[in-house]
Amino acid sequence: MIEICIYGRGGQGAVTLAELVAHAAISEGKHAQSMPSFGPERRGAPVLAFLRVSETERIKIRAEVTEPDVLIVLDPGLLQVGDVVSRLKKDGTAVINTMKSHDEMKSELSVNKLATVDAMSIARAVLGLPIVNTTMLGAMIKATGIVKLESLEAPLEERFGKVATKNIEAMKEAYAGAVVS
Amino acid sequence: MGGEGLGWKDLEIGFVVTEPGNASSYKTGDWRSERPIRENERCIKCGLCYIYCPEACIHEDEEGYFEADLYYCKGCGICAHECPRSVISMVEEKEE
Amino acid sequence: MTKGKIVGLEGSFAVAEAVRMANTDVIAAYPITPQTHIVERLSEMVADGDLDADFICVESEHSAMSACVGASAAGARVFTCSAGQGLELMHEVLYIPSSMRLPVVAVAANRALSAPLSVWCDHSDVMALRDISWIQMFAENNQQAFDLTTCAYRIAEDKDVLFPTMVHIDGFYLSHVIEDMVLPEEEEVAGFIPDYEHPFVLDPDKPVSMGCYGPPFIYPETKKAQEVAFDNTRSKIQAIWDEFGEIFGRHYSPVESYKMDGARIALLTMGSCSETAMLAVDELREAGVDVGLIRLRLWRPFPFNELREAVKELDLLVVLDRAISFGMGGPVCSELKSALYNKREELKIVGFIGGLGGRDIQISEFKYMVTQAQEKVKAIERGEEVETEIIGVREGGGR
Repeated sequence: MIEICIYGRGGQGAVTLAELVAHAAISEGKHAQSMPSFGPERRGAPVLAFLRVSETERIKIRAEVTEPDVLIVLDPGLLQVGDVVSRLKKDGTAVINTMKSHDEMKSELSVNKLATVDAMSIARAVLGLPIVNTTMLGAMIKATGIVKLESLEAPLEERFGKVATKNIEAMKEAYAGAVVS
Repeated sequence: MGGEGLGWKDLEIGFVVTEPGNASSYKTGDWRSERPIRENERCIKCGLCYIYCPEACIHEDEEGYFEADLYYCKGCGICAHECPRSVISMVEEKEE
Repeated sequence: MTKGKIVGLEGSFAVAEAVRMANTDVIAAYPITPQTHIVERLSEMVADGDLDADFICVESEHSAMSACVGASAAGARVFTCSAGQGLELMHEVLYIPSSMRLPVVAVAANRALSAPLSVWCDHSDVMALRDISWIQMFAENNQQAFDLTTCAYRIAEDKDVLFPTMVHIDGFYLSHVIEDMVLPEEEEVAGFIPDYEHPFVLDPDKPVSMGCYGPPFIYPETKKAQEVAFDNTRSKIQAIWDEFGEIFGRHYSPVESYKMDGARIALLTMGSCSETAMLAVDELREAGVDVGLIRLRLWRPFPFNELREAVKELDLLVVLDRAISFGMGGPVCSELKSALYNKREELKIVGFIGGLGGRDIQISEFKYMVTQAQEKVKAIERGEEVETEIIGVREGGGR
């Protein structure tokens, strides 16, 4: 089982990201669970969503993820807010939306595996909106391979209808552009 | 009123009462301490007593006069109070 | 046995699917966190024509239940849902469909009670509803949220039952979680919940009086009739769950066990933390502790016999309450002690309170409870007073 924490701000779609991947994983015959960090969310406030994906075993635990295998950070500003990275497992993977270079971020964070992408620029260019969750899907899939990229297309279409195409495009662009090491 | 002797096994599901309008068997006349007495010679048959009676126990007779059914009349005196011709007066019930 | 299809569904949507497949006639509900997604989804289904129901937009939970009473009295299949403060506002009216034997179906997305304001999960709202004479059961995951809601219609509407039925799903932990589950075929569900006929409905051609007043000469008789009828629902509930199991392949019982073979110690839970507790039992078993898990599926009517059967080999029962009965301790623990009094004197029962107002319960907390309970038993045997511990609560006192 892979456990994932997604950090974002209210309105950036952290919870939606978790839900989309859960649907994609379930469509591949895997077990998955998406869970918001509960509460009345407010636009701009830090929010946290959890995601678990398991190849074979049913997921029984219904509690927050405390030591994630993967960390997704939708807003680089959140790296300054509390212990976002410290609970990541030693052999874990961090996927970060940043305008900094990969090497610069690598030197700042002591993580086993790092994926970086300038998701904000991609989202602005492709979607015309500063909402990075679907873009970050691309970087996340590239870094983790947790589901197939094409498995996300149906959940994106179900969720976004007409604008799904642009979201899929943004996701694919981030998949191509993300740097992983 | 019926029902005093019923046991729990006698009740319908959810305490539904299946006899429609069985409230009419409930004798409210014995609540009365005063009864209405009428002097029909002055009665103009306006029917205000009939309209105002909260128990709806006043009915019209064949000649068009109004009479309270003492099985239900609680003796509230509203009919006497409302009668524009002071046809109705309340007199104390006597011990039997 | 049918297969259905595997889908990813939020707990709230799973409930809404069950309500839709049951071909519900009337929904009267008022949105409140964390139940909101259920009513949102249902109103969407009605608006889109996917569910041919009257959705009554009421102005409060009190009105919601009042509308349910009226609709159910007219013979409709009725659903509502609420949570926390909403259930409290509904409280006065909740006693009425049960006394009038109207088979309303409800789902509660369990939530803490104010103050301080909390929208998060605990069982304070459930515990305030113990005596409303509704059949009440707990779901542990989204599959069960669907299954038990489906069964709730059959149970409530059974001619030998005719009591309103409420399914408890933990707020957020189930209501807002998406996970994989099997969604059965619609026809199969429809076949399982046929149309029903109440022996008495509001019908101008066959008038009856409902909700009459009960003076002292008859009120106790009505309550005795209600209590006997409520007690007698137990066998029907099991029979309907068995029938569900045969068709859909998932089996439910009033008290369910996990790894109880040879167990001397058992945890007891209700609701969404139960599967987390299973993982704790797995780890403790691995470490050589003879521990199992008992889950209360049916909360009302209370499953006395099944519980006594479940604990008969035990030395120690460790109970987790997600609510406080102030001045009394954990409400479930108190009830268990009462249910087992004079039955097995050598059985020790230790209660903990946890998960209040959405405080997370991890595997480690269950392991802590099992270890700590054994220490508490030693203290009890030394004649010491042992208070009910609230797990993880901070002491402070440095100020």
